[in-house]
Amino acid sequence: MAYSDKVVEHYNNPRNVGSLPKEDPNVGTGLVGAPECGDVMKLQMKINPETQIIEEAKFKTFGCGSAIASSSLATEWVKGKTVEEALSIKNTDIVRELSLPPVKIHCSVLAEDAIKAAIGDWKKKHGVEVPVTEKAAH
Amino acid sequence: MAVKLPIYMDNHATTPVDPRVVETMLPYFTEKFGNAASRNHSFGWAGEEAVESARQQIASLINATPKEIIFTSGATESDNLMIKGVAEMFREKGNHIITQAIEHKAVLDTCKNLEKHGFEVTYLPVQRDGRVSLDDLKAAITPKTILITIMYANNEIGVINPIAEIGKIAKEHGIFFAVDGVQAVGKIPVDVQKDNIDLLAISGHKIYGPKGVGALYVRRRNPRVQLSAIIDGGGHERGMRSGTLNVTGIVGLGKACEIAQKEMPEEGARLLALRERLRKGLEAKLDEVFINGSMEHRLPNNLNMSFAYVEGESLLMGINDIAVSSGSACTSATLEPSYVLKALGVGEDLAHTSIRFGLGRFNTQEEVDYVIDKMVQVVTKLRELSPLYEMAKEGIDISKMKWQTA
Repeated sequence: MAYSDKVVEHYNNPRNVGSLPKEDPNVGTGLVGAPECGDVMKLQMKINPETQIIEEAKFKTFGCGSAIASSSLATEWVKGKTVEEALSIKNTDIVRELSLPPVKIHCSVLAEDAIKAAIGDWKKKHGVEVPVTEKAAH
Repeated sequence: MAVKLPIYMDNHATTPVDPRVVETMLPYFTEKFGNAASRNHSFGWAGEEAVESARQQIASLINATPKEIIFTSGATESDNLMIKGVAEMFREKGNHIITQAIEHKAVLDTCKNLEKHGFEVTYLPVQRDGRVSLDDLKAAITPKTILITIMYANNEIGVINPIAEIGKIAKEHGIFFAVDGVQAVGKIPVDVQKDNIDLLAISGHKIYGPKGVGALYVRRRNPRVQLSAIIDGGGHERGMRSGTLNVTGIVGLGKACEIAQKEMPEEGARLLALRERLRKGLEAKLDEVFINGSMEHRLPNNLNMSFAYVEGESLLMGINDIAVSSGSACTSATLEPSYVLKALGVGEDLAHTSIRFGLGRFNTQEEVDYVIDKMVQVVTKLRELSPLYEMAKEGIDISKMKWQTA
């Protein structure tokens, strides 16, 4: 299968690879997917509680090139955004940016889920009510 | 010596045609183009002579007689013909067929098709090492069993079944024994007499011959196997397979068998040494790698290894100057990994991390060394990227985690 240039570029030079301390109250961690499905994404964000701005984002992904590219792109996009802005990122935006083919749409869905899960974790730590957000359609 | 890229190490999928085979085939495209069924001129005679000589070369490789060889378009057709042909011919005698879980799709789907037409099929499980259990086989036999079809060696894991033992059991029960020999013939000694094989499917392009040509061995004596044809027409190949013979392809298949027979001892030893170099090199430089299937009963040219915590497709993307294949199937809508590895009891997480290396006649030691270095480099990089590797290093048991699945 041929990958788009952008997927290849992210795969070769993944942005923001790594981990943040999960115990840090300002760090939200999202871990989505499952090994038996061939995709696991861990997305972490350090969020300033005063400004609600995402100051840092890191990821690690077990999955195909498109999954790696989707999560790499997600960290790039959320950095510097507010929590609300980050929550408005849709999987379809990722599909468009990376030119993902239909069989790879699930990778973008997982990246959207990871953003929501990381922010949800951060909100929980701060005693914020976590609204039951609709999971992106699988 | 500089290695020429890309490296082809996917010889279970197909092989390049040996230049000696190409050379033998060439005249049959042009000056010797006759139809082997043309009985009344020299063009036809030349074609017929070439076909008969190829029959001899193939028969010799598997210890059969030339009259027992039928030409087909490839092993998928041979598999279809041997199973459907026996099923239809002997359906009065019984409607039960025994096969096993990790056959090639050409066998499994043929059996599934027969199930729609009143046949009952038992799909034997395989053991953890990828081989069929003889006890399971014996237990599955009923008075209605007319056919046992078990592959000689598996195309993904290279594991070799106890064919001689199965042949003996089949013979004792008066059941026909049909074998998909695609990966084994030409690679390891296959003897239809010693193994009591009644039907054997052979492919041209897996043994350095051309694509689009295959053969089927059909036993003529002790017992004589009769087949219903699945392609009707001019009654070629003693009525078992109509259609003008692919003389050029057949000449190539014959030559490929001749070379395989002559060079097998030397080539087998050379490939085994390369395979072991590859295995040991990877095992020495990477932790948490696992071999899928028996090492003891395995084709000399096969290595199927899981690289834990690294998804197969991303691995293939990183080693894009090396042609191998993966048991992961991230591209399919179902995301189902290899059914072969699943049947072995390999967890789906590890199945997604598997790579099949298929060494061949034209691979060199330098290529193997290049592949080892590249694999180590890419696996190491992807593990740095893998949340699962990180968790494993922290001592978290991934199998006991609760995962959010779709």
